[in-house]
Amino acid sequence: MSNSRQTSTQEPPSGKLFQFKLVLLGESAVGKSSLVLRFVKDQFDDYRESTIGAAFLTQTICLDDATTVKFEIWDTAGQERYKSLAPMYYRNANCAVVVYDITQSSSLDKAKSWVKELQRQADPNIVIALAGNKSDLSARRVIETEEAQAYADEAGLLFFETSAKTATNVNELFTSIAKKMPLDMLANPRPRGAGLNPRGVDLNRDNRESGCAC
Amino acid sequence: MDEQYDVVVMGTGLTECILSGLLSIEGKKVLHMDRNDYYGGESASLNLSQLYKKFRNSETPAESLGKDRDYNIDLIPKFMMANGELVKILTHTDVTRYLEFKQIAGSYVYRDGKIAKVPATEMEAVRSPLMGIFEKRRAKKFFEYVQTYKQDDPSTHQGMDMAITPMEAVYKHFGLEPGTIDFIGHALALHLEDSYLSRPALETFERITLYMSSMARWGKSPYLYPLYGLGELPQGFARLSAIYGGTYMLDKSVDEIVYENGKVVGVRSGNETAKCSQVICDPSYAPDKVRVVAKVIRAICLLRGPIPNTDNVDSFQLIIPQNQVNRQNDIYIAGVSASHNVCEKNHYLAIVSTVVETDNPQEEIQPGLALLGPIVEKFVQIANISEPIHDGTKDQVFVSRSYDATSHFETVCDDVKDLYKRITGKDLVLKQRQTQEEEQREMASQP
Repeated sequence: MSNSRQTSTQEPPSGKLFQFKLVLLGESAVGKSSLVLRFVKDQFDDYRESTIGAAFLTQTICLDDATTVKFEIWDTAGQERYKSLAPMYYRNANCAVVVYDITQSSSLDKAKSWVKELQRQADPNIVIALAGNKSDLSARRVIETEEAQAYADEAGLLFFETSAKTATNVNELFTSIAKKMPLDMLANPRPRGAGLNPRGVDLNRDNRESGCAC
Repeated sequence: MDEQYDVVVMGTGLTECILSGLLSIEGKKVLHMDRNDYYGGESASLNLSQLYKKFRNSETPAESLGKDRDYNIDLIPKFMMANGELVKILTHTDVTRYLEFKQIAGSYVYRDGKIAKVPATEMEAVRSPLMGIFEKRRAKKFFEYVQTYKQDDPSTHQGMDMAITPMEAVYKHFGLEPGTIDFIGHALALHLEDSYLSRPALETFERITLYMSSMARWGKSPYLYPLYGLGELPQGFARLSAIYGGTYMLDKSVDEIVYENGKVVGVRSGNETAKCSQVICDPSYAPDKVRVVAKVIRAICLLRGPIPNTDNVDSFQLIIPQNQVNRQNDIYIAGVSASHNVCEKNHYLAIVSTVVETDNPQEEIQPGLALLGPIVEKFVQIANISEPIHDGTKDQVFVSRSYDATSHFETVCDDVKDLYKRITGKDLVLKQRQTQEEEQREMASQP
């Protein structure tokens, strides 16, 4: 079941570890959380309710022996519903997956407006991927692949049609984002978040003299 | 929003967002609204255009100030005590994972027309010009007493009970000079005025201990500050609430709190009504339920460089004790800069604030403004400090207190705990939330 390329439960191999913040965007119920669940846990739940509880996951991709990319994935936690996403959400996001549902025509328009919002609020160098989810429901398709592809090309986005349900193109989506990250521009790969705050102080640490108890 | 909720929260200030998060974790169904299109209410950090809209109506910011998005300007000046309650709440709820923090570089105090650093190390204390050599010995004895004193251990009391002995008697016992007393009471215990002198000393001992332990935790100063401004704090707790099912609506006007038989049953916005059995809100959403207890003046100043005589630090607190400028209340200056991601890289931000004592408050902050060097832009706000008239248990509408003139979040946390107890009927016990790793491991082990 588990994908051999993903090494989240193992120690990262030798070489460089790059960590990136990835944010998810898109209309409610297009399958944002399901895509992440498939990517991180290789699971799918048909009756998954709106996101509750765990909206912060990580997953690691080994690009080659010397390069590992770790995604710190932020889910919207439903705050996109009434235009209430906080600026904090976009802050320091290195990459974004903007999701629409190929069976809902309005969801691509909504995706386009999220791309605009990202271009306005996020880092100018952000890598954006457009994901047309629910490709398993092709009988109910209303958004043609060509239409979305043309938009993605024009806006400079990566583009995949995905199915969180069948796992189609899910790993491909995240891997191609990892490959597009400007790794060579980042001279000093650094972990961030998750109790490792390199620029600041870590509140979970007890004392400035770490290890003084030894 | 025409649904049934357990709690409707109005206003996304820090107090409301912490409570919203805590209640959502407990499984309460929470609707959280704000009339503004940004998070934070009175404790927000604004970008330039939001700031100009709030203070200057139609005027647009000068281009020389730089990009709008480089700015996160706090409306209230506060720092986090490194060993204070807010840090505990942040670590226990794991909201720290959304934020990054940095130290405030130094704490300063104004004395006899000069700015002096509050010593951060023993070496600095020895060299400090704030006390003479004999006074330093007396002060050392005093601090040793404070550090060893334990209320439940009479052997540490040396015959004095701090629960009843007034603070001024303790100062007298140790023979401390007026300048030292000013320094201890205002720069370390962070009292805003002198009424504490006649109150039992225990309160001041606890404040000194908090300052010292906060200082000891990271060094330099006792204060921490979130990158991108204080407005990140409410956003972080709002995210916590949302993750546990809380619903957020910004830019939503509130028209009416609806009651039946003296108890709240809902909140109406236009022709929609959210039904609920409890309401939490800041004073601006329930003006008929609060009284004004004081006024605070805050002048947000954009500067071109660090303020003079502070060693060019990127951030600081400067206290002008009331005695130094013939006032009843201290004047505070809080300074932050681009290294905290709150302004464009060539600018600095300072907020000068004090409790209003006269009908010319602008004049009252002059001694503070005079220390800043050239001021590029100044935005002055005179805010009411309000408190609820009733405790809310009768009609189940719980109103928070305004953000006061203190320089840290301790009183905000007191209000959070107090409100939590009135809302839920039990004391707030912070449980450690799972860390991300634990959460993910647990998820992975599920079938």
